[in-house]
Amino acid sequence: MTTRSAIAVTGLRKAYGGKAVLDGIDFEVAAGTVFSMLGPNGAGKTTTVNILTTLITADAGTVYVDGHDVATATKAVRSAIGVTGQFAAVDDLLTGRENLQMMADLRRLRSGDRLVGDLLERFDLVESAQKLVSTYSGGMRRKLDLAMTLVGSPRIIFLDEPTTGLDPRSRRTMWGIVRELVAAGTTIFLTTQYLDEADHLSDRIAVLDQGRLIAEGTADELKRQVPGTHVRLRFADAETLDAAARILPGSTRDDQELALRVPGDAGTASLRSLLDRLDEYALNAEELSVHTPDLDDVFLALTERTTHLEAVAK
Amino acid sequence: MSSTLPPNRLSSSWGDSMIMLRRNLRHSMRNPITVFQSVLFPVVMMLMFVEVFGGAFDTGEAEYIDYATPGLLVMAISYGLGATSAAVNDDMRKGIINRFRTMDVSRAAVLNGHVVVTAVRCMVACAAIIAVAFTLGFDPHASAPDWLGVFGLVLLVSFGAAWLTVALGLAAKTPESAGLATVPLIMLPFVSSAFVPADTMGTGVRQFVEYQPFTPIIETLRGLLDGQHASTGDTVAAFAWSIGFAIVGYAWAVSTFKKRA
Repeated sequence: MTTRSAIAVTGLRKAYGGKAVLDGIDFEVAAGTVFSMLGPNGAGKTTTVNILTTLITADAGTVYVDGHDVATATKAVRSAIGVTGQFAAVDDLLTGRENLQMMADLRRLRSGDRLVGDLLERFDLVESAQKLVSTYSGGMRRKLDLAMTLVGSPRIIFLDEPTTGLDPRSRRTMWGIVRELVAAGTTIFLTTQYLDEADHLSDRIAVLDQGRLIAEGTADELKRQVPGTHVRLRFADAETLDAAARILPGSTRDDQELALRVPGDAGTASLRSLLDRLDEYALNAEELSVHTPDLDDVFLALTERTTHLEAVAK
Repeated sequence: MSSTLPPNRLSSSWGDSMIMLRRNLRHSMRNPITVFQSVLFPVVMMLMFVEVFGGAFDTGEAEYIDYATPGLLVMAISYGLGATSAAVNDDMRKGIINRFRTMDVSRAAVLNGHVVVTAVRCMVACAAIIAVAFTLGFDPHASAPDWLGVFGLVLLVSFGAAWLTVALGLAAKTPESAGLATVPLIMLPFVSSAFVPADTMGTGVRQFVEYQPFTPIIETLRGLLDGQHASTGDTVAAFAWSIGFAIVGYAWAVSTFKKRA
């Protein structure tokens, strides 16, 4: 384990009633980066978060958080982390301000009042600060939840599906906050079902499926794992399409749409050579578009591949 | 940004408990039903027993209020319990408990908060009962040490019953069944010597009344209040039951909390 790792996990296993939920996973998260764990419902994301945040114990494997073993140095881990779980961990019968104040008290902060005021302002909760949380909307509860997690400036923050159920604007706000935190040196461990979220925020992404990590890397690295970057050309008539198909080997045609799909990357050099070739034969395309696979394609391809492999294995 | 105070295990556990107590006190104050159930309802019951039924009961005392007040104190304690078990159970299914569990917060603090707030509520209810009793002509013959004994025993019973109730709340599957689990505790004072002497009851019931925990507690309180102390047997039994409640409740609550939390 290197000293730069905020989180280091090796051979992590957890089973419930004989059914493996985590089947030996390994990963490392560098300090000051965002790590996203991506996976469908039931993949084991929340179980991973629960183990990393000391809520449950692992059956096997080692987990170091902030350099401390979660199994033995639980107290040290707890004082280094902040957690925003899937369900808002706020006290309904207290006001927003009282919730934050309680966190500041539990963390024994001397300048709690000022910090609480700052957080209320930062999360746009000043107006409802004196209202009971039971009257808050879902988005406000989420914001308060995250604000409570930030009290005491934990070095490592766990966000379990932080934007599930949020409207697009609140989602953007949440993303903005995550970026600010990372800019200030905080390490973020994030789970999400949304690929665009992982794509926007993360330095590295791990794809979890049925308790195993089936891929890990940057968003671009993952995208490169699935072939499929192509240029799509649409022509005015069938003759032009025919002519173009003849001069562009490897392309696939769609006669109905009068379109041609040319495999290749999206770099300007390969685009230029494609355009030059069309020019050479005086062919004119009505429309040109470049398609790169997004993480959805990656995700579907990866999970299908494992399902397929398992089917073969059986 | 903010500086932290130096950590110390015992003081941090005490500090956490105080923070949790403040939280539970706020919950209690913001729930008028809790206040009604635990303070007003015993007073209403008192008025009913003393002003409506009391005249028909022959307890051997000159004034029924003098006979009934010790039992009403115990009833006031038991009425305050239903709200606690439901509140504890409800608390456990909230995300906020998970937040505490991922923080460096004393594990016992959450339970201590519930227990202390319950005991405080019971003491307030008992103070209300004593105050109303005086306006109804209550005429105790207790000395200052006797009053201290009454206070001590009421406090001990409150704490014991509170730990037991917190355990019931933790063990129950739903807040509704948690509330239901305390019904025996609420019913017990009615089947005791609280309102009529045990020897006026039929066989079977009388034996139950004599051996159930609340009877020696009520008899001890009655003895302290009228200045003619109860038998040593009753006094010992009263303290033994209260301490027993506390020990069993504490052990059960802590082990259930560890399992659940």
